[in-house]
Amino acid sequence: MRHLISPLDLSVEELEHILCLGQEIMESPEKFSHICEGKKLATLFYEPSTRTRLSFEAAMLNLGGKVLGFSSADSSSASKGESVADTIRVISSYADICAMRHPKEGAPTVAAMYSEIPVINAGDGGHNHPTQTLTDLFTIKTLMGRLGNMTVGMCGDLKFGRTVHSLINAMVRYPNVRFVLISPQELKIPDYLRKEVLDQKNIEYVETDQLEQNMPKLDILYMTRVQRERFFNEEDYIRLKDSFILDANKMKYAKKDMFVLHPLPRVNEIATEVDNDPRAVYFKQAKYGVYVRMALIMALLGLDKAKL
Amino acid sequence: MLNIGVLNEGIVIDHIQAGGAMKIYEYLNLEKLDCSVAIIKNARSNKMGKKDIIKIEGPFDIDLNVLGVLDHKITINIIKNNEIVEKKDLSLPERVTNIIRCKNPRCITSIEQELPHTFKLTDREKRIYRCIYCESKFRGK
Repeated sequence: MRHLISPLDLSVEELEHILCLGQEIMESPEKFSHICEGKKLATLFYEPSTRTRLSFEAAMLNLGGKVLGFSSADSSSASKGESVADTIRVISSYADICAMRHPKEGAPTVAAMYSEIPVINAGDGGHNHPTQTLTDLFTIKTLMGRLGNMTVGMCGDLKFGRTVHSLINAMVRYPNVRFVLISPQELKIPDYLRKEVLDQKNIEYVETDQLEQNMPKLDILYMTRVQRERFFNEEDYIRLKDSFILDANKMKYAKKDMFVLHPLPRVNEIATEVDNDPRAVYFKQAKYGVYVRMALIMALLGLDKAKL
Repeated sequence: MLNIGVLNEGIVIDHIQAGGAMKIYEYLNLEKLDCSVAIIKNARSNKMGKKDIIKIEGPFDIDLNVLGVLDHKITINIIKNNEIVEKKDLSLPERVTNIIRCKNPRCITSIEQELPHTFKLTDREKRIYRCIYCESKFRGK
């Protein structure tokens, strides 16, 4: 039995299987609409996350399965002091697979140690969010037709953004991927990512605080939110905040076939005027997230050749 | 140098970083042993300037490799019949439980008290251990 706790739990080959299965599902969803009949997904959400929970639930319902669960710690036994280990041992007898979100880092690892059903990490604090990474990779592969040979721009909060860290870790496994890391000085990628991943693997990258002038180089622009509270002083925030807002004017400098991704929710880092640009694919990305979660559920339940 | 009586049988934990002996004493629960234990603090050392030494009399059965996680310069001498019969170099264990504690306040171990604090060795050369739950780094001395 396999679990998905970290994005790197899957080998490149396993990932390829899941992404291909996701594409098959996307092309003919009806072929897969009964494949999970009689199966149940438990969504154990110890903190609210409408988008991820609904994406998982939609994925299981699309496969003909059923869902049960809770959407905040208050409505679970955690409020009575039950441990993650005890909760998962009980849930193992109610469901066939579970997706867990927890504010504490490593909670899904604990669950996987005691679980009798596959555990999918649906986000553990600022640590891992592997199905977001799967969604990002699926979106890039579906739209670009490949995962290597490209320049990926990452913009915004690169220091605290776990989706950014996971995506960098996942993308460096493909050939000839270059990164343009665009952020304020205060929000550059953490040192370990620079030294232990990018430098160690000889990955080509630049760090800059200029979005506009780097736009023409990019094949993918992955936007994230720059939060006011991350800055040390208000002055810097006011000086820099607009540099990291993507608007129609900056899009003029981008390639015709570049794509803009965003893990959502978006606040103001992408102006709404960009939404109608065919290169803005963040809402499509959310839709793709359901397909790739369907593929993952099938694979973890052993319902496909891509079983893990 | 202060002279502590010669050991007939026992072990000498040598080259402990000066000031570190009490931590090792507590970790190995030496207070529970019913035998002579000598703690020598700030002994002169050519290599280290100052060092601590612990001498324990009698047979002693415990995995001492975990000491390597706390202080890799430590050396172990096993004494029998007044002679050093074995000099042990400490090798780092792949996994250690409840030797080091995860200090990440966001780690699940911070709220679930009964969880064992387990770390796995991720970089032997740099002596880096990571918490198996949150992957926080611990670097041995």
